[in-house]
Amino acid sequence: MMPDLGKYADAVLSAYGVSILLIMLLVIITLRKGRAARAALEAVETRSKKNG
Amino acid sequence: MSLTEDTPTPKRPSGFWSYANPVKFLGLSERILPAFWGLAAVSLIVGLIWGFFFTPDDFRQGSTVKIIYLHVPSALMAINAWFMMLVASLIWIVRRHHVSALAAKAAAPVGVVMTLIALFTGAVWGQPMWGTWWAWDPRLTSFLILFLFYLGYIALWEAIEDPDTAADLTSVLCLVGSVFAVLSRYAVNFWNQGLHQGASLSLDKEENVADVFYIPLLVCIAGFVFLFLALVLYRTGTEIRLRRARALQAREART
Amino acid sequence: MRALLTRDLMLAFRAGGGFGLGLAFFLIVTVLVPFGVGPNSELLSRIAPGILWLGALLACLLSLDRLLALDWEDGTLDLLATSPLPLEAALSIKALAHWITTGLPLVLAAPVLGILLNLPTPGYTWLVLSLLLGTPALSVIGTFGAALTVGVKRGGLLMSLLVLPLYVPTLIFGAEAARRGATGMDTTTSLLMLAGITAGVIAIMPFASAAALRVNLR
Repeated sequence: MMPDLGKYADAVLSAYGVSILLIMLLVIITLRKGRAARAALEAVETRSKKNG
Repeated sequence: MSLTEDTPTPKRPSGFWSYANPVKFLGLSERILPAFWGLAAVSLIVGLIWGFFFTPDDFRQGSTVKIIYLHVPSALMAINAWFMMLVASLIWIVRRHHVSALAAKAAAPVGVVMTLIALFTGAVWGQPMWGTWWAWDPRLTSFLILFLFYLGYIALWEAIEDPDTAADLTSVLCLVGSVFAVLSRYAVNFWNQGLHQGASLSLDKEENVADVFYIPLLVCIAGFVFLFLALVLYRTGTEIRLRRARALQAREART
Repeated sequence: MRALLTRDLMLAFRAGGGFGLGLAFFLIVTVLVPFGVGPNSELLSRIAPGILWLGALLACLLSLDRLLALDWEDGTLDLLATSPLPLEAALSIKALAHWITTGLPLVLAAPVLGILLNLPTPGYTWLVLSLLLGTPALSVIGTFGAALTVGVKRGGLLMSLLVLPLYVPTLIFGAEAARRGATGMDTTTSLLMLAGITAGVIAIMPFASAAALRVNLR
């Protein structure tokens, strides 16, 4: 299944590995921050509704 | 600077500009985000697997040609992200839509990551092809300069507390930065003729890449575009919610 | 306008005004370079134009945070913003004052420091000429950076991060002209480009600086 990358295997694999890792990191951080923001907003909103 | 309910808009704009209303924007992005995430995932997976497993080696470049499926799309998005920030900044300056300013803020880190991917994949591609990780070639150098502009832009956002001031100043910086980025591009061209090949996607067939590489490359580009759109939409939503939460908190503290 | 210029110049020349600090910095950088790259005079004479340009650029950068910060603290900027003089003009004058107190001395000192770095003889004219054409751009772009970051506490580092990428075109053409001059090559194109950038920057940047400063004064 694995294609024969010849003598450039290191270059190709590291390019793919690092790029995919960076994209994953970006997506995960984005989603995490998004969830945190959503939760924070909900918390504040329910509080303000209760009080006011 | 409350974002939503406090300011009843006198006349309701329709069409494209109506999405400058944060609530409407959030509603829309909620609806279309799943599609964008899905399209991004599908085209990235298909494109990269196609590119990695099912394309032949180039007769000169060997298997390193597979790096093109990451290098070209990320480089493209690195530039387009800045361009999108420029447009969003202009909209903020002219029409004062908060969503626009926040979209520019949301796009910057995505642009940074794209620039990093382009630089990294370029370096590991350049090593076997040109015998060096890095050369002060015009294209490489301008990307490094673009990276510095991104850093400055993000640092300015981080440094200023008042969100409207930050939006104004970063917009001005984005405009000025764009002019200087273009200037630097020409300056660098003048300064050193490069090793880098010309555009791989020009319509001129002569220097274009062959069809076997071309179609999966297009799929990957589509994947990066959708990924960028999904990320920016989602991050803009995050910024809107954060700002709204802060505004509500501030009101709580006052009462 | 002239009153503003003389005021800024007086403040700079007064004790504690910071005049001369940039020069001293330029000197120190130039002296440190041979320690870093070795005393080989052939190597030094080859890199001299670039080092001198870089040194002048950094010295210019370091004096930028004084450009607006003091006036910001004591409220002079608020007065300037409400005065009949357009803010764009006021900032141009301030940039001019900065150039007279920082850029011009650097231009005049560069040939002396060129001796230290073994700059080839034909290079002196071109070095001075390119600095003379380029340093005004550095002051004007720097004013923009200072206007952007004037509201940020301890914004010096941030300002360097913002301003240095904007210096790239000026540095490229300036150093190129000096380098070509030192090796006896034709310098016309790079000098013309450098002059073009400086002219364009002087014409347009004050508007950006004033826009940024107005936001900060709001």
